[in-house]
Amino acid sequence: MYIPHTNEEREAMLQTVGVRRIEDLFQDVPAAHRFPDLKLPTALTEMEVMSEMKDIAAANESVQDLVCFLGAGAYNHYIPPVVDAILRRGEFYTAYTPYQPEISQGTLQAIFDYQSLVTALTGMEVSNASHYDGATAVAEAVSLAYANFRGKRNKVVLSSGLHPHYRETVRTYNQGTTIVLTGDQEKVGPDAETGKLISLIDQDTALVIVQYPDFFGRITDFSGLAEAVHAVGALLAIAVNPLSLGLLTPPGDFGADIVTAEGQPLGIPLSYGGPYLGIFATRKEYARKMAGRLVGETVDNRGQRAYVLTLTAREQHIRREKATSNICTNQALIALAATVYTSLLGKQGLREVAELCYHKAHYAAKRISGIPGYSLWTKEPFFNEFVVRCPGSVREINEFLLDEGILGGYDLGQDYPELKNHMLVAVTEMNSKMDIDFLVDLLTEQETLEVSDD
Amino acid sequence: MTEPLLCEMSVTGRRGLRYPEPDVPKAELPGKFTRDDLPLPEIHEVDIVRHFTRLSQLNYAIDLGMYPLGSCTMKYNPKVNEEVARLTGFAYTHPMQPIETVQGNLLLMYELQEWLKEIGGFAGVTLQPAAGAQGELAGVLIMRAYHASRGDSKRDKILIPDSAHGTNPATSAMSGLRVVQLSSDVHGNVDLEALKRECDDSLAGLMLTNPNTLGLFDENVEEITRLVHAAGGLVYGDGANMNALLGIVRPGDLGIDILHFNLHKTFSTPHGGGGPGSGPVGVSAALVDYLPSPVVGIIEEAEEELPPLYGFHNPSKSIGRVKSFWGQFGMMVRAYTYMRVHGAEGLRKVSEYAVLNANYLMAKMKGTYHLPYDRVCMHEFVLEGGWAEAPGVHALDIAKRMMDYGLHPPTNYFPLIVHEALMIEPTETESKQSLDYFVEIMIKIAEEAHTDPELLYSAPHKTPVGRLDEVKAAKELVLCCGVSPIS
Repeated sequence: MYIPHTNEEREAMLQTVGVRRIEDLFQDVPAAHRFPDLKLPTALTEMEVMSEMKDIAAANESVQDLVCFLGAGAYNHYIPPVVDAILRRGEFYTAYTPYQPEISQGTLQAIFDYQSLVTALTGMEVSNASHYDGATAVAEAVSLAYANFRGKRNKVVLSSGLHPHYRETVRTYNQGTTIVLTGDQEKVGPDAETGKLISLIDQDTALVIVQYPDFFGRITDFSGLAEAVHAVGALLAIAVNPLSLGLLTPPGDFGADIVTAEGQPLGIPLSYGGPYLGIFATRKEYARKMAGRLVGETVDNRGQRAYVLTLTAREQHIRREKATSNICTNQALIALAATVYTSLLGKQGLREVAELCYHKAHYAAKRISGIPGYSLWTKEPFFNEFVVRCPGSVREINEFLLDEGILGGYDLGQDYPELKNHMLVAVTEMNSKMDIDFLVDLLTEQETLEVSDD
Repeated sequence: MTEPLLCEMSVTGRRGLRYPEPDVPKAELPGKFTRDDLPLPEIHEVDIVRHFTRLSQLNYAIDLGMYPLGSCTMKYNPKVNEEVARLTGFAYTHPMQPIETVQGNLLLMYELQEWLKEIGGFAGVTLQPAAGAQGELAGVLIMRAYHASRGDSKRDKILIPDSAHGTNPATSAMSGLRVVQLSSDVHGNVDLEALKRECDDSLAGLMLTNPNTLGLFDENVEEITRLVHAAGGLVYGDGANMNALLGIVRPGDLGIDILHFNLHKTFSTPHGGGGPGSGPVGVSAALVDYLPSPVVGIIEEAEEELPPLYGFHNPSKSIGRVKSFWGQFGMMVRAYTYMRVHGAEGLRKVSEYAVLNANYLMAKMKGTYHLPYDRVCMHEFVLEGGWAEAPGVHALDIAKRMMDYGLHPPTNYFPLIVHEALMIEPTETESKQSLDYFVEIMIKIAEEAHTDPELLYSAPHKTPVGRLDEVKAAKELVLCCGVSPIS
């Protein structure tokens, strides 16, 4: 237990306060509802809790028990122990938001390091201190664009290759605005859809959002799209997989105005979907319009270089209803993880891990597409994820794989009815050639069983 | 010595981690999509570890001392929580795994939903929101969707007391509602007459923080919720201050329709230097169908030997999802562990001692600092950081001077309705000795303010850096390494 008071101390304190019992401090609470009898499980000691929590955790099958080919926005990568060694420092994880810069330079400089790495990786000019995750970073891009045109442009064009959760989140966020979201209703096909998106862009368009690599793993050249977007004065946002940028041309080179990302691949455990990291970077002309915390460089009264939260006057605690976003927290500790990971891997390491993912995914794609009944839906180029047409139900195939210790790919039919029997397969540096060959053997075996059943 | 930035530590050819050679044939790289230059630093593992360790030593933290930030509930973050969240079964499960393979996670989420329902007096809970502010957004969108589904589309007004957190009006504006500010009365409560004047058929709802940001429990709360309901509105409760209410009163019993919890305040998950938070939302029976999708439920009931099968379901009139996947799961594991260690009795004790600690500090300090609302407080209270006899001294100076004595300052200049506010929340995890040290230092600083105010103006003196030029930071904007300022 974490309450240190002895009975004697409690009595002395009550005397100072001038009441007889602790209960007397709650006279303002309506008596009829005071001190309800809460039906919660009985308290356990720490030792018992540890054992119970181990049992609950053991009821899961983790990606350390299973071979994982599942991605769809969250990826199983190797996390060097250095990352958690830093994260476990109480000075970082038990600190509050660095509102008092004199005693928070650790967090502030780490965020400044983070902002620097994000701009280097994305090819953009400025980054904020992070948003909640990949989905909310996209939602904040919409808010920035809407505010940029002072509400005079109402259309936002979304690619259907943008993660379904991101699109759904953007829709939720905009229930109370005049923004019309369009572009992602049509059926998807293997060919890049930039032409379709371009046809939707007009003078009322505030923002176009695409993903790179997209939800299906495809890498598309968005420079033509960027030209069309800029020709009508609108903005282009590109949601990226940050780890892929170890290998791929950064979206800044395509003329992106905003780059967002799910930062999870950068050293953050899968942890059943969170906490993750919303990366948000943009061009310097939008620096002052970007929501969220920002750390800036300055000097102290002793002449030393130092860091401080800056442009706070645009945030909710000052601007209240006139703020562009209600965002308050960032994902500071998770941004720290990404900072440690990215700097540890550095120039060579990030390139190596990105290439490993690329080569292994291409090997897997080639092998799987050679299985009778299977073919590759995704066209080249792709990064570490690709879509395969399957001979039958993805759910049934995955059940078969699971029995053999393999976590199969994502069933795209859940989100795209036209992609029934299509599986999204992710491969990372964690998958050995042996794992991939085993997957291929099982898919072949399962297909043979199915055919013989027919 | 100033700690260098990562970009300044780079030496060409150094590396921190090596990967194996590919065990598969290399594929052809993607031509024009292959990056020429990856301008990341090149640093050895040793230097990385030293850099971040040295940075950590420039921080204040709960693990170093008392952190009396009002409204932030900086209680101790138990170590067992950290250990549990890193168990392989939790930390290494993929969010898209088939539900049959993650029954432990789903059971934990289901139970946590049930416990929060019980603690808050609600019929439904979503764990999805990433933080308090996002919980507010979900809550206000639920409010909006509820009125809209009843064809009650003219309700666009939301009432927010002048003592509220800034996220309340910001969230309401994001949700397309019109914000009307409500004044506080002389006792620090919602002004009932002002409320009555605004209770008309355009009222969507009221956002209420109770205890409010003065740390006062509004004893008219039932009258407030009755008035809003009678006008057809809903009452949103800002649960930032739940640390005063565990086992003391259930907000749902008082007529609160929607409330967000802050797992990172009330339920001890670490603040992490500014996040991740976690902001589950509880709602009354009439609003369960509007919760963000999906929520965790029982898909197949337990049978004889078999446990129930947990899974996801989408509420019928859901506002949709507010983020990717299922929420800040790692924070849920920590909060679950915390609640399991406490049980009902332990949680009530948390709030009782949080309130005792605050009242103790208030009693010891009110002779030295002006207390604008002199009533029994809940888990926090607000003092004025200034004296007529020491006209040059401001709350900021007191805050900065505290650092020289190894203390983190309280929240200052909030709430906005108190002049030179110092908002103090000790939490239940501080001992009497720690509180007494705090009082001793605060009294000493008050003396210094009168006898040697220069000590305060120039504070802090003993910290790694002194007061910062914040104007320069904003005007000559430098947000990353090695670039010229953005004007």
